[in-house]
Amino acid sequence: MAHFTKANSVYEWLDQRLALTKLWKVLAAEYWVPKNINFLWAMGVVLMTMFTILVISGIFLLMYYKPDTKLAFDSVNYTIMQEVWYGWLWRHMHAVAASVVFLVIYIHMLTGIYYASYKRGREMIWISGMLLFVTFSAEAFSGYMLPWGQMSYWAAQVITNLFGGIPFIGDDLVIWIRGNFYVSDPTLTRFFMLHVFLMPIIIMMLIGFHFYSLRIPHVNNQEGEEIDFDAEAEKYKAGLKKESKVIPFWPVFISKDLFVLGVFMIFYFYLVFYHYDFAMDPINFDPANPMKTPPHIYPEWYFLWSYEVLRGFFFNVGPLSAMDMGLIAFGIANIIFFFLPWFDKNDEVAPAAKRGGFFIWFWLLVADMIVLTIWGKLPPTGFNAYIGYVAAVGFLALFAALPAVTARKKGLLSLVILVTLALYIAGYLEYTKALGNGIVIIALFAIFYLLFFLNPVFVKNRGGAQ
Amino acid sequence: MSMAQSRRDFLGMVFGGFAAAGGLAALYAMKRTWDPLPSVMAAGFTTVDLSPMKEGELRTVTWRGKPIFILKKPPEENCNHLPDETKKRLVKIGDSEYLVMIGLCTHLGCIPTWEPEKKIFHCACHGGEYDACGVNTFGPPPRPMDIPPFKIEGTKLVLGEEGPEYKKLVGKA
Ligand code: FES
Repeated sequence: MAHFTKANSVYEWLDQRLALTKLWKVLAAEYWVPKNINFLWAMGVVLMTMFTILVISGIFLLMYYKPDTKLAFDSVNYTIMQEVWYGWLWRHMHAVAASVVFLVIYIHMLTGIYYASYKRGREMIWISGMLLFVTFSAEAFSGYMLPWGQMSYWAAQVITNLFGGIPFIGDDLVIWIRGNFYVSDPTLTRFFMLHVFLMPIIIMMLIGFHFYSLRIPHVNNQEGEEIDFDAEAEKYKAGLKKESKVIPFWPVFISKDLFVLGVFMIFYFYLVFYHYDFAMDPINFDPANPMKTPPHIYPEWYFLWSYEVLRGFFFNVGPLSAMDMGLIAFGIANIIFFFLPWFDKNDEVAPAAKRGGFFIWFWLLVADMIVLTIWGKLPPTGFNAYIGYVAAVGFLALFAALPAVTARKKGLLSLVILVTLALYIAGYLEYTKALGNGIVIIALFAIFYLLFFLNPVFVKNRGGAQ
Repeated sequence: MSMAQSRRDFLGMVFGGFAAAGGLAALYAMKRTWDPLPSVMAAGFTTVDLSPMKEGELRTVTWRGKPIFILKKPPEENCNHLPDETKKRLVKIGDSEYLVMIGLCTHLGCIPTWEPEKKIFHCACHGGEYDACGVNTFGPPPRPMDIPPFKIEGTKLVLGEEGPEYKKLVGKA
C-alpha cells in the first residue's frame, strides 16, 4: 500500500488519494495545443456543449414523455408544451440543439478535410469522429420518431423499409426491426430505448475515445506544420511563451474556445426563442396516421444530401432497378467518408489552398453537397429528377476522382471526368426517354464503378509537396 | 510443454467454451426479444365482404397495418395487355374480377393514390406511377404492387391466409 501522511487541507487529502494535480495536468493544464489555429478549431468544444445541452434538456423531457402510440403525441404536444412549466423551453432547446449539432458536425468535418487533419497518424481521430457522426445520426433518427407525428411516422416507415433492400433477409429484417408488420407500438418503444439509453451511452464512450485518439498525434494546425510538442512545451514552461509554438489547453486555449462558444450560444438561443420552428416540421403536428401518407416525405435537413443520393437514380439499367442503384449509392455515400484517408493518395498535411487540385476538389464537394441538400427537399418530379441524378453521380464521381487528383495522375483524372460526363449525357437521354436500357449505359456504369473501387487500390502514393 | 502449462491451457479452453456458449445463448435471447410478439403475429387476419362493391370502385381496407387496395374491375378491363407473368393479377370472386394488392409503393412504402380519371396509381413520395392493374410504369418503384396472401370464402375475402387461388396467382401451386 502507498504511504499516506496527514493531509493539511481537503484538497491535499483528495490529491493523495486521487492524484488530482496530476490528472488536471494531463487533461488540461499541460495538454498542449498549437498556437497557429483559427476559430474553426473551437468546434469540438461547441459540440461538447451542444451534446451536454441535449442530455440535460432530454432528462427533463423524459420526465413527462410517454412512449406509447396512444399517449406519445399528447404527452409531447399537450403535456410538455402546454402544462409543464418551461416544458416548451426544454423541447425547443432539445429540437434546435439536435438540428444545429449537425451544422457544427459538418463544419467540424469539413475543417478536418480542408486542413488534411485525417492523415499521417491522425487516421484514428478521423475514424472515431466518423463513428460519432453515424451514432449521432442514429440518435437523431430515433429521437425524431418519438413525438409520433405524421413525419415521425412516415420517416420511420421509409427508413426502416430501406433494410428491405438487403438481399435474402431484407423483408424479415424489416419486420424484426419494427417488431410488427408495420411501424407501431413495439417500434416506438424500442426506438425510445435506443434514443434515451443505448445510443447516448455509445456516444459518450466514443467521445472519450475521440479525445483519447488526439493525444498521440496531437491537434493539427493551420499550416499543417509538424510540431515537436515536447520541445515546444518545454519552451513554454521555461517562460518562452512567445517563442513556443504551443499553448496549454487550460487556461489559454479554452479562453479562445469560450469566446467562439459565446458567439455560437447567442446564435443558438436566438434560434431557440425566435426561430425554433425551423427544427419542427408543421406536418409533424398532425398525429401519426398509418393510413395516410403525407403528400411529400423528406427527412430533416441534415439527412437530405444522402437522401438525395438515394433518390437520384430514376431509371433502370439492365438487371439493376433504379431502387437498387439508389440503395448501392446511398450505402456508399454513408460509408465513403470513413475511407477518406485512403482515397487521398498524398501524404502531405497542408491546407487545401496549398494542395492544388485538391482545393478545387474540396469546393466541388461542398457545392455538390449543397445542391444535394436543396434538391433533397424538392419533390423529385420533372427536371428535378435529372438534377438529382447529376448531383448523386457527381458525389460518387468526386470520390472516384480523388485518388487521381491527389496523386496528380492527369490521365486517370480525365478518364473519370469523361465517364462521368458520358453518364450525364446517357442519363439525360434516359430522362427524355430517347434511350432504351441500352448496353451503353450498363457499360458506362460498369466502368464507373470499376474506377470507383479500383482507383484507391491501384493508384500509387505520390507523397510530399512538389 | 509442462504438466502445469497444459493444465492451464485446458482450463482456459473450458472457460472460453463456457463463456462462448453463454454469449451465444444471450445473443439468441436478445434476437428473440426483438421479434414480433405472438399476439402481433396472431392479429394478422382481416375478412372483407365484397358483395356490396360497385364496378370501377376502389376500396381500401386495413390488414396488418397496411392498406389493401381492392378494385372491382369492369369486365372490359382484363389486364391482358400485360406481359405473361403479370397478366394473371385479377382474382375471380363470385362472378366479378377484382384486383387485390397491398397499397404500398414498392419503392419505399408510401401509399399511392388512385386517380380515377387517369386510371393510374400515383405515389407522391418519389413520383412513382402504376397502371390500373397495379403494374409500375414510371419512376423508382422496382416492381408491381405486391399481392397479399388471401383466401376466398364465397363472396368474402380473408386476408392473411394462403388459399388455392392465391397460390395459383403467385405461381406457388
Ligand atoms: S415510395 Fe413511392 S416512389 Fe418512392
